[in-house]
Formats: sequence, C-alpha cells, structure tokens
Amino acid sequence: MLELDAVTAGYDRRAPVVRGASLTVAPGESVGLLGPSGCGKSTLARVAALLHRPDAGRLVLDGTEVRAWRHRAPRELRTAVGVVFQQPRTAADPRLTLADLVVEPLRATGRRAEADARLAELAPAVGLTPDLLVRRPHEVSDGQLQRACLARALTLRPRWLICDEMTAMLDASTTAALVAAVEAYRAETGAGLLAVGHDRVLLNRWCDRTVEWKDCLPAGK
Amino acid sequence: MADPRTHRIRFWTSAVTVAAVLLAVLLVPPLVQLDEQAVDLSRKLLPPSWDHPFGTDDLGRDLLLRCVYGLRVSLLVGLVAALVATVIGTAVGAAAGALGGWADRTLMRLVDAFSSVPHLLLGIFVVALFRPGVWPVIVSVAVTHWLSTARIVRSEVLSLRTRPFVDAAVSGGSGRWRVAVRHLLPAVLPQAGLAAVLMVPHAMWHESALSFLGLGLPSHQASLGNLVQNARSSLLAGYWWPTLFPGLLLIVPTLAIAGLAGVWRDRLNPRRRSELML
Repeated sequence: MLELDAVTAGYDRRAPVVRGASLTVAPGESVGLLGPSGCGKSTLARVAALLHRPDAGRLVLDGTEVRAWRHRAPRELRTAVGVVFQQPRTAADPRLTLADLVVEPLRATGRRAEADARLAELAPAVGLTPDLLVRRPHEVSDGQLQRACLARALTLRPRWLICDEMTAMLDASTTAALVAAVEAYRAETGAGLLAVGHDRVLLNRWCDRTVEWKDCLPAGK
Repeated sequence: MADPRTHRIRFWTSAVTVAAVLLAVLLVPPLVQLDEQAVDLSRKLLPPSWDHPFGTDDLGRDLLLRCVYGLRVSLLVGLVAALVATVIGTAVGAAAGALGGWADRTLMRLVDAFSSVPHLLLGIFVVALFRPGVWPVIVSVAVTHWLSTARIVRSEVLSLRTRPFVDAAVSGGSGRWRVAVRHLLPAVLPQAGLAAVLMVPHAMWHESALSFLGLGLPSHQASLGNLVQNARSSLLAGYWWPTLFPGLLLIVPTLAIAGLAGVWRDRLNPRRRSELML
C-alpha cells in the first residue's frame, strides 16, 4: 500500500502548496490524480517518490512509515518507487547516452553486471531502437527521450510507479505507446501506479480509478 | 559585442601568440645551451642589436635569453598555481553546493574569511613562511586564488542539484557521492576549466608582483617580476630596454591567454555560439 496521509508540503513553510492531502494506492492498483495546473499534485507526487520532505503528514510505503527523504531515505525504499517526470529534457543528464541513461540506476546500485541484459529487455519494451540508444538527449526528440526516461524508471523493477504528467508534452501515438509500456510492466510485475495529470479522458481510460485533487484535500479546503 | 570575424581574428591571434610563447620557453633553453646568468661587465647595458635583440642588462647578461627563462618560470608558476587553485576551488565549491546545510555554511564562511584579507597580503604571509623559491610562490598564489572558483562552482551546483535529472538519480538509488561525481561535477567542469585558464595570467601577474617586491623568487633567478625589479635603476638612468621587454612579455602572453579564455567562454554559452555560428 502507498498511503499519503494528511500531507502538507511546499517550498516555504509559511505558504505550503499542499495542505493536508490524503491519497491511497493499493498494490497493483492504478490511480489517476486529476487536477488543474499549479494545484500541488506534482509536489504531492514528489513526496510520494521520497524526493520532497513534507512539512506535516505521513507517507506509508508497503507498511513502512517513511521518516527520511532523498539521500537520507534508505536506498531500498527510494528504489521501490520509479518516477517519470513531465519534461524529459530536464530529467535526463545531457552528457549520458540513452543507453547509459537507462542503465544508470543499475550502475548506481552496484549491479553493473545486469546492465546489458536489462537494457536488452527494456529498449524494445519502450520502443527504443539500437541507433537511438547511442545518441545523447539533444540528438533525439522529446518522445524518444521520454521513452528512455520511462525505461530508466522501470530499470530497477520498482513496486510503485509515479508518472507525473508523463505524456503532457507528447503526441497521441507516443502517449499510447508509453501508456502501453507502463501497462505491460504492471501486468508483468503487479506494480501500483499513481498517474498525475490534467487530461481527464486519458486518466479515465488508463487508470482503475481517477481521483479529483479536491477530493484529496480535507473538507472545506 | 564581437562579430564572427572579430571572434576568429581574436582566436587566431591569441592561439598563435600562445603557441609562439610555448615554443620559445620549451625549445630555446635546451637548444641554445647558453647560461642566462653569465655575467659580462664589458657588455653591460648594450642597446638592442642583432647580437642582443633585447639588449643586455646592467651585468651584461643577454636580456632575450633571460626573458625566455623568466617567462618559463612565470608560466610554470601561472599554470601550476592555477591548476592547484582550481582543484581546491572546485572541491570546496562542489562540496558546499552538493552537501548544503551546515557544510555549505561552514565552507562559505571559510571562503568569506579568506576573502576578507587582501590576497596579496595573504600571499606575502605565505611566502614569508618558506625560503625563497618557485614552490612557495606557487603555494602562495594557489591558496589565495581558489575563492572565486569555489563561488562559481558552488552556485552552479546549487542550480543543478534541484534539476529533475538529479531527482531521477536520487530516485534511481544514487548516493550523494555518485550524484556529485557522475552528474554534478561533469556539468561544472567546463566553467571550472574556464576559471582556471582565466587565472593563469592573473597568477603570472601575482608571481611578478611578489618577485618585484623582493618576496618571490631569489633575485638572481630570471623571472619576469625579477627582471622588471632589477631594471628599475637602469630605467631611471635612461636605459629603457631592460624594463620594456620583460614588461611586454608579461603583458602580451597574458592578453593572449585571456583571449583564448574569452573564446572558450563564448563557446560555452549556447546563445553566443549561435550568434557566432560556431
């Protein structure tokens, strides 16, 4: 279970972006979080991905209450959650080739030996051809780069996947391909999904249930 | 703002000057096999001629040869001191930016403390601790010139560490050390390299200043600062060449190195790159 309970978070304690938001994702479930731009859903997603320490509230991941964020969080807890960001350009280290980008989590966790085999599995799954894998981010399109970012998020086989407006910048065919890749991974591993976005049609079709942002907040907020 | 043609002229002028200087300091001493300290009082203060293109000094030593040896020492001091200062500055700046919190505050207060003392005064204090020689001057210049690099690198790292690709690395299991070495340092190295190149001429000037004050290299050893210092009394007596040529050799290579650094800076800036069609 991924459980966000009364989370208050932001970038200035005096003016939090998220106030008392709660959301639960069951194992294997896909939940769409729907809200307008600037409402705080990406900040809540960052809290769920252990990338942003909340000012108040709890995050419980598979029965373990998270007490540390970012580098301070235990590595096994951090890597239990895969994240795909909205803008692939800023989410990819410009010096790495797409192949290096995809296997970087394996290298970072000391599993370098598995890199080639995992790359051979993931590249076709997300639609990356061998000629794309040797290119750097500035040599590929946004859609191709986002495919690599999705593959990177799946490299360590996370139990939870957070897609923060993953398809907001992409055309319909790339969106369909990426959603299909996520669903294939979930079908194989039973991972839970939190898909954040403002495209109601997409989230309704993609997810088991869609939650409106206002329904995450305490009544009257 | 320079147009592409001016940019090309600046690059080639600087590159040819730096290449000529490097060739001179690397090839002349082993090829000519002459003693730059050989005294011949019968030839003292001869004006420039075919035998002595830069003339001779008040002890009859050939000034061209002494200038080449002096430039060699000044370049060595400039390059090594700039390299050491850049390594220290990059390490401190990257640690401050990447670690943040109390480590950042402590390291930047250290930078402030060093900055609060005039760096020539601090440099004089450092050379005073050792016997005169090349290495005390290098240490003196290095320990007083890492501050600006530390500030540049810290600000770059502070800006980079909030980028989503760093978040992705953290989420992918990278520790602080790996994030710093794999993602942050490679991103700041071009800036640090530029700072190092810009520092070379400054370090040469600093060496010359210390030697001019009699605190750098031993006075018999040829360095540009020592040459200018030794030529002061001759200048007052109307002999201009012992001051002019070491002075020119201090100014021209430093301008050429600064020119190359400027070209590099333009290439690092994507907006300037597109303006100059690089």
